[in-house]
Amino acid sequence: MFIRLSAAIAAISLLSGAAFAQGAKPTDPQIAHIAYTAGQIDIAAAKQALSKASNKDVKTFAQDMVRDHEAVNKQALDLVKKLNVTPQDNDTSKTLSKNAADKLAELAKLNGAAFDKAYIANEVAYHKAVDSALETTLIPSANNAELKSLLQTGLKIFQGHEQHAEHVASELK
Amino acid sequence: MKPGRILPIAAALVLGASVSAQAATIQISMENLEIMPAQVSAKVGDTIEWSNKDVFAHTATARDGDFDVMLPPKKTGTLVVKKAGTFEYYCRFHPNMKATLTVAP
Repeated sequence: MFIRLSAAIAAISLLSGAAFAQGAKPTDPQIAHIAYTAGQIDIAAAKQALSKASNKDVKTFAQDMVRDHEAVNKQALDLVKKLNVTPQDNDTSKTLSKNAADKLAELAKLNGAAFDKAYIANEVAYHKAVDSALETTLIPSANNAELKSLLQTGLKIFQGHEQHAEHVASELK
Repeated sequence: MKPGRILPIAAALVLGASVSAQAATIQISMENLEIMPAQVSAKVGDTIEWSNKDVFAHTATARDGDFDVMLPPKKTGTLVVKKAGTFEYYCRFHPNMKATLTVAP
């Protein structure tokens, strides 16, 4: 529990605080990169869950994640193409990817009900962190109206995922 | 086919067309994870047409299991209402999307 919680706090502070300290707001190309990276991370986690999860509700949840995050990311790619923006790699994206790789490796060692629980717990924490970053940093910092609107749609859908993950987590107990 | 048989078929087509002309098609949109309008009234025999304007797949699923219409991204789906009553429905993938369909006899 302590590890999970601290991971969530680390993720939140990385997204919303430390990485953008000194009042430096992320630019639109950076925001696009962060949002896209965050989506890819959840898709990778869901694909791992689809091959490892045993619980039916956990599998359904993972399928929902793949479907929704792929749809959001496709829209994000279409938008950056349309706006002629090249997403820019940055420290937040790098830290997110590194943490996600560690998490995938950690979950890879688990099986059965232990995997299901750990995956869903991480999904709750991860969506909380991403939603918080969207609300407090990414949406307010976005300049382009279409990017802002896509992030707002993303927030709405990810809040739904957070609720869904919490519901599945409570059923597993 | 004998010419005499064409007439009844033509008549049936005309009658069929006139019956369906009385039934309305009610359009509901799903956009930005919202069902609009959220409250709709219809009559038995009407067609409900949901138009999914999102890039996400949605469903129109009755809470009591009476219907479950799949709505792929940017596609429409229809349902001919056969039963009177009040139907609460939602999207199975995004349960925050909720609406009510009221069907009069």
